[in-house]
Amino acid sequence: MFGKLSLDSIPFHEPIVMGTVAVIAIVGAALVAWITAKKKWMYLWSEWITSIDHKKLGIMYFLVALVMLIRGFSDAIMMRTQQALAAGGSEGYLPPEHYDQIFTAHGVIMIFFVAMPMVIGLMNLVVPLQIGARDVAFPFMNNLSFWLFAAGVVLVNVSLFIGEFAKTGWLAYAPLSEATYSPGVGVDYWIWALQISGIGTTLTGINFFVTIMKMRTKGMTLFRMPIFTWTCLVTNVLIIAAFPILTATIALLTLDRYLDFHFFTNDLGGNLMMYINLIWAWGHPEVYILILPAFGVFSEVISTFSKKRLFGYNTMVWATLAIGVLSFIVWLHHFFTMGAGANVNAFFGIMTMIIAIPTGVKIFNWLFTMFRGRLEFKSPVLWTLGFIITFTLGGMTGVMLAVPGADFVLHNSLFVIAHFHNVIIGGVVFGMMAGYTFWFPKAFGFTLDEKWGKRSFWFWQIGFYMAFMPLYILSFYGAVRRMQSYANTDWQPLMIVAWCGAVLILIGILCTAIQLYVSIRDREKNRDVTGDPWNGRTLEWAVSSPPPYYNFAHLPEIHEIDNYWEDKQKNQGKAQLDHPDTIEYKDIHMPSNTIAGPVMGAFSIVMGFALVWHIWWLAGAGALGIFATFMCRVFNENIDYYVPAEEVKRIETEHHKQVEMQA
Amino acid sequence: MATDTMTNQHVAAHGGHDDHEHHDMSGVKMYAFWIYLMSDLIIFGSLFATYGVLHNGTAGGPSGKDLFELDFVLIETFLLLFSSFTYGLAVLAMHKDKVKQVMGWLVVTFLLGAGFVGMEVYEFHHLIVEGFGPDRSGFLSSFFGLVGTHGLHVTFGLIWMAVMLIQLATKGLTEKTRPRISCLSLFWHFLDIVWICVFTFVYLMGAL
Repeated sequence: MFGKLSLDSIPFHEPIVMGTVAVIAIVGAALVAWITAKKKWMYLWSEWITSIDHKKLGIMYFLVALVMLIRGFSDAIMMRTQQALAAGGSEGYLPPEHYDQIFTAHGVIMIFFVAMPMVIGLMNLVVPLQIGARDVAFPFMNNLSFWLFAAGVVLVNVSLFIGEFAKTGWLAYAPLSEATYSPGVGVDYWIWALQISGIGTTLTGINFFVTIMKMRTKGMTLFRMPIFTWTCLVTNVLIIAAFPILTATIALLTLDRYLDFHFFTNDLGGNLMMYINLIWAWGHPEVYILILPAFGVFSEVISTFSKKRLFGYNTMVWATLAIGVLSFIVWLHHFFTMGAGANVNAFFGIMTMIIAIPTGVKIFNWLFTMFRGRLEFKSPVLWTLGFIITFTLGGMTGVMLAVPGADFVLHNSLFVIAHFHNVIIGGVVFGMMAGYTFWFPKAFGFTLDEKWGKRSFWFWQIGFYMAFMPLYILSFYGAVRRMQSYANTDWQPLMIVAWCGAVLILIGILCTAIQLYVSIRDREKNRDVTGDPWNGRTLEWAVSSPPPYYNFAHLPEIHEIDNYWEDKQKNQGKAQLDHPDTIEYKDIHMPSNTIAGPVMGAFSIVMGFALVWHIWWLAGAGALGIFATFMCRVFNENIDYYVPAEEVKRIETEHHKQVEMQA
Repeated sequence: MATDTMTNQHVAAHGGHDDHEHHDMSGVKMYAFWIYLMSDLIIFGSLFATYGVLHNGTAGGPSGKDLFELDFVLIETFLLLFSSFTYGLAVLAMHKDKVKQVMGWLVVTFLLGAGFVGMEVYEFHHLIVEGFGPDRSGFLSSFFGLVGTHGLHVTFGLIWMAVMLIQLATKGLTEKTRPRISCLSLFWHFLDIVWICVFTFVYLMGAL
């Protein structure tokens, strides 16, 4: 009846897990009580959960990402604490099977459920506004993508207190992840969480690719698009081309585990290196999927706060495209030690090094944009400067790893850990923090507190160096990754330094939380009335903050790069504002909210959970639920409506009044 | 009454004369479906690559030469190819606005497709009963994985076709159903092309 599921599946005997569950339960209950007391359930349902508005979906993605960042970081600091303690015969406080789950969960959560939703969240919030569109090409699909992603999040978190998570490392390398060596449900949670959210990501990729290709406003040719939109375009191409490989690979692993296939087993003709090849054929493009939009953020931030057009717009675009292409022909550098032979390794080594060239081009683009610009040292700029230095360093250690000979020594060592945290924290996290600060006022109508933003930056920046530079050093002494304990006590002092770094990062995260609280408290003082708090350059700053749900009362026309900025220059640096009475408004065609997305997401959770525990009837019911809900949607004709011109006029007049009052 | 549409390619009159808006959205849908097909192609690409790597991993079991019956597969192939042709006739009928004809050709296509799936299920069942199921060897795993994924796609296409038959019967040819028929057409021809690769690389090269 319940497959493998029984009361024993709940780890009552593990105080750390039970403590976490208790905290989550208390916070969850408090949240539910608060929403109920405020009578906000209907609001939540009609304004957020069923919303197809790209801006709201973007906010929800980012919110989930921030919550998951706390979860992922808890794993991180637990690992650093363990390694600070478990030297010279000491076992620390985490037994191996728990420690292994923690490093797996840390990687999975940080990549799939923090970095990805941050990138996709910003993309949702910003891209349609930047290209002058009213929404994405397929608003319902956008909502569905979010809820499929959310289903993955739920499954990962459920694994915390019902059963276990994978102990295989974040990519679940076969044959360790095969049923023979991982008989528990951990890998199955990994499989279904990633499969379901991965399908959501693929849909997002298609949706945004089509949106950017087909929904751009009049006059916005490809080479007039803002750089952030450009980087998102390339990222979406990478999603479309790479995520199907992940889908296929996970499906094959599923067949191995569930139906006794032999794709990746050691025996009966299986080939475990096929798994490693496939997973990295997705995995390497994945890191560019994450970093390219961050590059886009830095480009917007640096040109806005330097008050200059980005230096070398065209080279920036071509560099982005070059990185996009190269990202597909470097995957083998993750396993030079496979033994593919000198020629194959040389090819992939050289291709990897070549990526440094377009990336270097970008670094110079940003540097020369600042050169002779009027740079303002706002917190987004600090994140950008921190990025330029940190990421360049991380890029250089990456080139070191790209030398196959060196890689044979460094493979699986802490050097690899230090390298990719160097580029992911220094690149993606800093980029997302810059983007968060930069576009927060667009989403909510008030700016974030600068003082706490800067504090957050400095703690992250110093914390990062303190946490990861010791790992580079330790790697030269032979320290490998994923150690639950180690014999050599000489390593312990540096491990403790790394722990201190993690604590500084924790303070940085706390600063961000305080920043949010302080900013909400002082929101009246920091209100962004004009919709253009930074004297921006691109179309998203031409509308109010937050923008009306239809984005643009009239779809704008574009004549050049940074059109909005150039228009302001022609008007003594001020935005051209026509009085609403002089404008003729028209009805606007908009898509309606949908319950199909969240319902399909809910059924996906049921199906995924049932598959993890081999509850076949429930899995069938979940699948049937998904299908039936989709059919209801397909047969529903009532999926759009018109916003009356008077309503548009009322909203636009109100915004105009506020701007005039401020002036 | 004047309206603004979501896209900026034109300004159409709501319920009035020159209403191109839905026409444009159907173009966007077709474009998106092409992109989806490209991503699906990559799934098949991954499976072909896996088959390429594993097809010699017979683990002492049978190889393609021992198992494949080309006559059988040829009939299967012709069923699918012919179904693509009849789907083409359905699309031609759609362009002539003949709903009944569209439905007629879709039913024929459905039957041909169902015949294909039926034959494949028979083949799989036969192999498993003989003891040559996917658990026998890496080769058979990759064979079942690749051919089965194609078969699942065809099955999904059949479900889609059944839904379209219901929609055509209840709604007729509308601006919502037309692009769906066109997208399914792309999907169906796409599966044909994939099958030709399966037939060539798996069956022909395996048996010869």
